[in-house]
Amino acid sequence: MDKAMEIKDLNLWYGEHQALENISVDLPKNEITALIGPSGCGKSTFLKTLNRMNDLVQGVRITGEVRYNGKNIYDPDVDVTDLRKKIGMVFQKANPFPMSIYDNIAYGPRIHGVHAKVKLDEIVERSLKDAAIWNEVKDRLRTSALGLSGGQQQRLCIARALAVEPDILLMDESTSALDPISTGKIEELCLELKKKYTVVMVTHNMQQAVRISDWCAFFLLGKLIEFNTSEKIFSIPQDKRTEDYITGRFG
Amino acid sequence: MSRRIWNNAVKAGLYICSAVTVALLVSLIGYIMYRGIPALSFHLLSTQSSYLNDTIGILPNILNTLYIIIVTMAIAIPIGVCAALYLTEYAENKKLVSAIEFAAETLTGIPSIIFGLVGMLVFTQLLGIKQGILAGALTLVMMIMPTIIRTTQESLKTVPMSYREGALAMGAGKWYMIRTVVLPNAVDGIVTGCILAVGRIIGESAALLFTAGFGLVLNNFVDSLTSSSATLTVALYVYASERGETNVAFAIAVVLIILTLVINMIAGLAAGRLRAKTK
Repeated sequence: MDKAMEIKDLNLWYGEHQALENISVDLPKNEITALIGPSGCGKSTFLKTLNRMNDLVQGVRITGEVRYNGKNIYDPDVDVTDLRKKIGMVFQKANPFPMSIYDNIAYGPRIHGVHAKVKLDEIVERSLKDAAIWNEVKDRLRTSALGLSGGQQQRLCIARALAVEPDILLMDESTSALDPISTGKIEELCLELKKKYTVVMVTHNMQQAVRISDWCAFFLLGKLIEFNTSEKIFSIPQDKRTEDYITGRFG
Repeated sequence: MSRRIWNNAVKAGLYICSAVTVALLVSLIGYIMYRGIPALSFHLLSTQSSYLNDTIGILPNILNTLYIIIVTMAIAIPIGVCAALYLTEYAENKKLVSAIEFAAETLTGIPSIIFGLVGMLVFTQLLGIKQGILAGALTLVMMIMPTIIRTTQESLKTVPMSYREGALAMGAGKWYMIRTVVLPNAVDGIVTGCILAVGRIIGESAALLFTAGFGLVLNNFVDSLTSSSATLTVALYVYASERGETNVAFAIAVVLIILTLVINMIAGLAAGRLRAKTK
């Protein structure tokens, strides 16, 4: 398989507490990888190491390598803002800015120097279409993004992340705060997105992982227990702990 | 039965306390208006005092108050807002931040006459800046900076963390994120804090006695910076005690009360707009 990112011997400490222990995994390109595991197992922490969002937390210490395009993203000469352009993130709770829908989507491109109205119009339309929300908002681009419903706001946030043309999209339990219909729409969206992007998603919802993910990584207490195609993980898990988790014996 | 009497007695007692408070306010303002309004005139408000014509005018003092507001805010806002930005968005050392916040908090409690004393010693004597609006403004900057820093900090803290994370996750640099997402959403709170600071400046007297001076002469803006220039509050003191013109003093008091009222109303409107926005 083509690799989007290669993680080797990743360890992470929040102060004294070790949150990730010796994680090594290769994330496949143009596929959906689901990170599953019980609460507190480190899957969100792991996700945030992929775009260095953990840098924002005080007292975080990281050892090991996270390689993207052949380079360790934790090297001191890496431009973090450029990295985050290529590895985008959608959060658990939709966080549109208190601006118009247009300005929300245009925010990313504007950071990176795109100011021409024609180009921005084009990017806004493309991103909203890619996020399957264009038809719902095309007549109200200048209205506040906060007027959208929860599911729409989350698709807006996805569109916002897509506007800077990333390679990889990280989704941190992005549907857990949404109703089933909105969740369904976003899951459909992910299946479309993987044609152009690599998707890595943290999910609590195992049915979701079964439904849409190609690969699955099971985390427990900061360790990566098993990583395999979703088909294999959910039918013939190799590790007893994985089996216990997916059959609901804990977590 | 006695419980009912007790309840009524308590209720009556609370009512009396409120009534006393209102009565105090009404009689204070009422008396000032009673003594001051007859002494108000267009002439008073638009000319300067003249020994030659034996007339009194408080135009210079109105202008001095205006000048000192402008100069003080022009210095205090940039420094205060930037300090608050550093403390809230950039500082890593939590202990240092606490220490600075404690220092700022304590400064707000120091009697203003002490600021006046320090201002006089540092600005007019040590640094040689002549008594005037500039020395007065610098003194007031020391006094109101903690207020500006605190209200700006509070305002910055109301901006949700999720906005910052969202912006950074798209590749925004930290200052870009602050400039485009945090500050625009904190502006209302900052403005409210500034309006309240202006209210404090208008009412300040002790800090200005020996820094801005007692001058009652009309100057243009540039000259007033280094010429002894009494603001409305100081002029009130001068006319009341040294010139024995108590009616003029009451007239100035009326002007000050109206100004304070207007400032508080504007601050209230600004705060209301802020509350409505964050709903």
